[in-house]
Amino acid sequence: MHTNINKLIEEAGKGDHASLGRLLTVLETSPKDASKILSALKNIEKNAHVIGITGIPGSGKSTLISKLIYAYREKGLKVAVIAIDPTSPLSKGALLGDRIRMQEHATDPNVFIRSVPTRGVKGGLSFSGVTMIEVFDKIGYDKILIESIGVGQTDIDIMNVAHTIVVVTTPGAGDDIQALKAGVMEIGDIYVINKSDKPESERTYAYLDFALDMGEVGKKKGWKPVLLKTSAIMGYGIEEVVDSIEAHLKYMRGTGLFKNKVASRRKLMVKLLAEKIFLEELENVFEKVDIAHSTENEDLYKACIEIIEKISDKLK
Amino acid sequence: MDRTPNLLETLKEIKGKRMKVLVAKLGLDGHDRGAKVIARALKDAGMEVIYTGIRQSPEQVVETAIQEDVDIIGISILSGAHVPLMKRLIQLIREKGIEDIPVFLGGTIPIPDIPTIEKMGVDKVFLPGTSIADVIRYTVEAVKKKRMKRNAY
Repeated sequence: MHTNINKLIEEAGKGDHASLGRLLTVLETSPKDASKILSALKNIEKNAHVIGITGIPGSGKSTLISKLIYAYREKGLKVAVIAIDPTSPLSKGALLGDRIRMQEHATDPNVFIRSVPTRGVKGGLSFSGVTMIEVFDKIGYDKILIESIGVGQTDIDIMNVAHTIVVVTTPGAGDDIQALKAGVMEIGDIYVINKSDKPESERTYAYLDFALDMGEVGKKKGWKPVLLKTSAIMGYGIEEVVDSIEAHLKYMRGTGLFKNKVASRRKLMVKLLAEKIFLEELENVFEKVDIAHSTENEDLYKACIEIIEKISDKLK
Repeated sequence: MDRTPNLLETLKEIKGKRMKVLVAKLGLDGHDRGAKVIARALKDAGMEVIYTGIRQSPEQVVETAIQEDVDIIGISILSGAHVPLMKRLIQLIREKGIEDIPVFLGGTIPIPDIPTIEKMGVDKVFLPGTSIADVIRYTVEAVKKKRMKRNAY
């Protein structure tokens, strides 16, 4: 460890973007140093509002976020964005393009945008992604927006970290049966039909309205999911989205669910780190195991337990 | 392209295999085919590529490089304004203290301008017709050099 973590934290707290940028890289590259950062920040209690923006690819999540940033900046709030994009399972590379729609904010000293590749994490949200929320929060950002990869059914993890979930869809993105299917249509607090300047928007509204009205799973005590129409690129309907997000925040704070979400976020962070450490070591140990021997001659279950024991010995 | 995975493997020795590249279109220029081809090729070679989109100011590019903490910056210019734009970009990079991040430039750059641009502190200029494999090889080597110099993240 060559970089002085405390120095980076101090400078980042003063608003130095270069230090904050480096701090986030440490979170991404070294779980051990990431724990040091978290423990250095542990006595700071801030309560940033974490907003998850999810929905199908191409629905306009990035454009909507860009408009939300304008709205929050007008209120004088500091905004951080964690923009998640997929890592290629083949090359392990990633093309991170969410920023393109947000570059108008690149030079605003009170906006910080970071692109995060999924790096093969199942839920779409990695350990580094969740720890970034923690760091942005403690360093003094008021609103933390997370843009998910947008393959709805798999990135349910966002539910455990965001106080408010905005699901973005578009006109013509499926019929009433699609709307009733399990997954992303159950997790939203606010549903946005973006690109509502398109002709099919009325019908999509009717399908979703019906689905949300019938929904039991997503029903939360005291909060009925809101359905809104926007055209992010034209700037229509943004105020209503901002107001609904604030109403939901008020509801979360009022019911104590806000604190619960912070707790579930930290719990997920621990789980993701344990998973990361284990899986990385599994790769190492697995290469050296004589698979043929253990599958032919021994009890397969026993062989797997032995692999796990090897991993735990190695980590000690 | 066969050799590229091996090239990335060599990064392991330095600090993890992860490599983050910023590809940016600088100035009033909408010709983004080249930048997209490079972004895609570097992604396929296993790098994490941030693409800014077209019509970026030097300020936007430098701030993006800082927030994303990239290892290397690739600029594409086909507008003819490469000399003043690169001059401003390098000046900002120095002001912000991130001059250890190598910068390379691609585009329609007249050969007589290359020495001027290199003298500013641009690490490498690629002309039309450059093979993708050469660009990949260059980026990996440049990042390797940078990481050996910067004994931090």
